[in-house]
Amino acid sequence: MANIRTISFDGVIVGGGGAGMRAALQLAQSGYKTAVISKVFPTRSHTVSAQGGITCAIASSDPQDQWQWHMYDTVKGSDYIGDQEAIEYMCQVGPEAVYELDHMGMPFSRTEEGRIYQRPFGGQSKNFGEGGQAARTCAAADRTGHALLHTLYQGNLKNNTVFFNEWYATDLVKNEDGEVVGVIAICIETGEVVYVKSKATVFATGGAGRIYASTTNAHINTGDGVGMALRAGFPVQDIEMWQFHPTGIAGAGVLVTEGCRGEGGYLVNKDGERFMERYAPNAKDLAGRDVVARSMTLEILEGRGCGPNGDHVYLKLDHLGEEVLESRLPGICELSRTFAHADPVKEPVPVVPTCHYMMGGIPTNVNGQALTVDADGNDTVIPGLFACGEVACVSVHGANRLGGNSLLDLVVFGRSAGLYIEKSLREGIEMRDASEADIERAMSRLNKINNTTGGESVSALRTELQTIMQNHFGVFRRGDFMQEGIKKLAELRVRIDNAHLEDKSNAYNTARIEALELHNLFEVAEATAIAAEARTESRGAHAREDFTDRDDENWLCHSVYFPADKRVGKRAVNFTPKTREAFAPKIRTY
Amino acid sequence: MLKVSLYRYNPEVDQEPYMQEVELDTGGKDLMVLDVLELLKGSDPSLAYRRSCREGVCGSDGMNINGKNGLACVTPISEALKNGKGGNKLVLRPLPGLPVIRDLVIDMSLFYKQYEKIKPFLLNDTPAPAIERLQSPEERAKLDGLYECILCACCSTACPSFWWNPDRFIGPSGLLQAYRFLADSRDTATEERLSDLDDPFSVFRCHGIQNCVNVCPKGLNPTKAIGHIRNMLLSRAT
Repeated sequence: MANIRTISFDGVIVGGGGAGMRAALQLAQSGYKTAVISKVFPTRSHTVSAQGGITCAIASSDPQDQWQWHMYDTVKGSDYIGDQEAIEYMCQVGPEAVYELDHMGMPFSRTEEGRIYQRPFGGQSKNFGEGGQAARTCAAADRTGHALLHTLYQGNLKNNTVFFNEWYATDLVKNEDGEVVGVIAICIETGEVVYVKSKATVFATGGAGRIYASTTNAHINTGDGVGMALRAGFPVQDIEMWQFHPTGIAGAGVLVTEGCRGEGGYLVNKDGERFMERYAPNAKDLAGRDVVARSMTLEILEGRGCGPNGDHVYLKLDHLGEEVLESRLPGICELSRTFAHADPVKEPVPVVPTCHYMMGGIPTNVNGQALTVDADGNDTVIPGLFACGEVACVSVHGANRLGGNSLLDLVVFGRSAGLYIEKSLREGIEMRDASEADIERAMSRLNKINNTTGGESVSALRTELQTIMQNHFGVFRRGDFMQEGIKKLAELRVRIDNAHLEDKSNAYNTARIEALELHNLFEVAEATAIAAEARTESRGAHAREDFTDRDDENWLCHSVYFPADKRVGKRAVNFTPKTREAFAPKIRTY
Repeated sequence: MLKVSLYRYNPEVDQEPYMQEVELDTGGKDLMVLDVLELLKGSDPSLAYRRSCREGVCGSDGMNINGKNGLACVTPISEALKNGKGGNKLVLRPLPGLPVIRDLVIDMSLFYKQYEKIKPFLLNDTPAPAIERLQSPEERAKLDGLYECILCACCSTACPSFWWNPDRFIGPSGLLQAYRFLADSRDTATEERLSDLDDPFSVFRCHGIQNCVNVCPKGLNPTKAIGHIRNMLLSRAT
């Protein structure tokens, strides 16, 4: 008997990062009863770590700049499997969404004209790739994510959003029609379990970089939304596409922004050679992240890495001078001194490609509605479920995300999900109530873990999972090696299913949360592995040694992973933007 | 072997808090205090603390480290031991002055309440332009040293005035944010903000002890910001 309390809302948002709080703000402003469930106090969400900026054609740096140029760069960056309608929407609506942030008080850096400061980032061009490097990334020093996240939290305080801070959503509740009617959530402080009932459930749970041993991601990035969706039987899209950021601090994994290279920094190998000139003669260090990360890995593999073990390269910044470094990149100076024991004013920073971003996720349309694919291959909306931000795959990033596009994705699609839900609520949403059996089903995983009497340690299993992913599904991938990884994962699943929760106490029991998170990490990892093995080509961040070329004939499409039978299907990429003709796939060089 | 003394308290099990003495093999590495905690939690999952970004920007893991408040993730063991209390032993306690929920996790409700009290959002009663509100680099520079606050509570829980009056004194963190909006050229609610703060407790319980400045992991200076507010309040009174 599901003897738990029910709390009802018009809209409930799971996740208090940039996307969740932007969606919440939109709904709260409309007067609908809105709640955010966040496993951490919202300003501790991973958006806070974003550094370099939010890319958007506000034409501050260059008055001629156009959102269409930004669209072109994003389509090219995606290696042509980003949906052009969604990319068009993001680039076109972007300026409005960024101005809103300024009006809310976001402390952007400024130009002499008083406008928002923009810096160059990788993969940016003027005039559809013909006009050289653009400077399109709006920045608040190198703390843009912090500034954005705090501003959105403040906006929500102003609009009286209800926050369930340090509450953890465990699973989706589906009614007998298969519609999503809320989530089960635990209050971390007291251990109370409730059913949060909602007419619209928005996943804004962020990424899952913790599936890898080496990641720029926060401890909390455990793929909770993907895990919940897969357990509920819903598919994920392009989940094999993981971005390795070129500049994670070697050893620590902590990110240093692409803005370092935007401001004029560059990478060197052990011979002091600026090697990106060889790999990307035009854009050099500001080529797409996938291109730079692969080039760095090749330098290291071919024996030109730096340090006693030759396992990293150097990011050179000292030539920029102390004044530029302290004013434009103060956070980087601090991180480098703390984690690399290197002062960028005087010496280079040791860096290595590090897992950074999940391009794939829950497929959605531009309104944030979660999608599945029916037996005939047609898109079908999942009633009641929405997703935005990193957990969603709308898809604006395709096979490779451009720097600065994640923050834009958050605010644009958090906002659009909010707008759409507001409209739907006004028109009326009718869904059957969840039965006790429905709620009981959603609680089964939690009940199981609360009743374990033996099994292996969560932290040891998590380390094992991260090691498999790091070794078998990294920057370069190969079929036989991935198949071996998939086998190891299958064996690990049984052990993770039987992991032991020794501590059954209620008050602030982080052991329980970590055990539940491990299930989600595993779901993401397995989907990644199977989809990566299935995509027999190299595209964007997915680089295979056994299929080195892009294969537009067979793979100019999304992969869709179905959890029920662990099958990988295909879904068409959108090539029908509303205001212009589509950008046709070309060979991608920088 | 590193000796670690940990504050432990599980309200469902323990009558009262106690210090647990443990040893850890750090492999001779100068780990961050958070890494030490993660290793300890590997063998004792019941140990509770908050953590998220592990790079000093989310503000989750503020705690009292060998007598000084700081962030576990950016404090190396070597620096912790220099704090002076504990000798060669790492001593970890929850931030002082607020109720403990469990182990190193404190109840931050009062801290957040003081933050909310100062209306931590831009107020501007003029219609928003079609683009951003223009702000010169000089005007924007006034926000440096203010907006970077990560709400870790290291400062407020190091402040004797906040310990005495956590319900009435806004505390260094909240006041730093109050000044962040007073200093913003885009904000038009200066008068409203000052009048909200104009009582004997909200601002004036600050006695310039400067513990806040001493502990802030982001190198910010709440005392200076409080001084600015104080001056604004005093010049408004005359």
